Amino acid sequence: MSTEHDHSHLSDTDLRVRALESLLTEKGLVDPAALDEIVDKYENKVGPRNGAQVVARAWVDPDFKKWLLEDGTAAIDSLGYTGTQGADMVVLENTSTVHNVTVCTLCSCYPWSVLGLPPAWYKSFPYRARLVKEPRAVLQEFGVELADSVEVRVWDSTAELRYLVLPERPAGTEGMTEYQLVDIVTRNSMIGTEKVAMPAGDA
Amino acid sequence: MANRSNIPTPEELPSLPRDEDGPVFREPWEAQAFAMTLKLYDGGHFTWPEWAECLALEITDAQDSGDPDLGDTYYLHWLKALERIVMQKGLLSEGDLVRRKNAWDKAAHATPHGEPILLPADG
Repeated sequence: MSTEHDHSHLSDTDLRVRALESLLTEKGLVDPAALDEIVDKYENKVGPRNGAQVVARAWVDPDFKKWLLEDGTAAIDSLGYTGTQGADMVVLENTSTVHNVTVCTLCSCYPWSVLGLPPAWYKSFPYRARLVKEPRAVLQEFGVELADSVEVRVWDSTAELRYLVLPERPAGTEGMTEYQLVDIVTRNSMIGTEKVAMPAGDA
Repeated sequence: MANRSNIPTPEELPSLPRDEDGPVFREPWEAQAFAMTLKLYDGGHFTWPEWAECLALEITDAQDSGDPDLGDTYYLHWLKALERIVMQKGLLSEGDLVRRKNAWDKAAHATPHGEPILLPADG
């Protein structure tokens, strides 16, 4: 898939899929929301696993974390999750004083090599529009409670830059292995609309 | 949706490319092609055996033309089978598909990189 700077390019395959989807949608045979629902059912567990492995590695390996925050593209490539079509990955660290959250303007560029496919709400207009205007209210609806002292930063993905949020490692997970940690990192926590929680009943 | 639709569960589709956790899509278009097929099936536009036969035919054709069929081309066959079945069932014509594909190509070229690609209203 080549990328050119002055205009967009879609692969032959992408064009065929878009042709099918737009025609079938116009005829009322499929609708985008129902398609998202089907994809979500299949994909939401598998998709973000690559990203979860990046996060878990950063939690257990301070050198990797430093590299990840300095050069996300190279650090993520080193784990084999390439395929970002030339765009750079920037990793944003959530801390006790800064909460990062990402939004995408719905171009065809999305960091799916690490985050899987975007959930339906992420592509929805209300999320995209409101997150920029009232991020705290949107985050609260997702169940993210932030103290007033926490700075909220909203990052809008572009064709050249995609973002991955490095969520805070929850207290009480010090004894967990990297492998166990992968399982508690959720897709939403890497978008910034969730905090990673301690697994319940897993003492 | 799970209660009232006929959409198969992941366990009911054992031939899909998967890792230890379940089905895997490598690119967004694969998931779109997959979901459209399930939705049309759910709408009663074809039966699952009809779909399976159509997909099997594409895969056999590809193998006959030298595709080693290692899983990386699975959804390309899936997409061809989907195009074939929507034409067979009279849902869309080949002309519809070709014209619309060209329209998308034109729209992509007219769109600055990084912006959403939209079809003009006259489509």
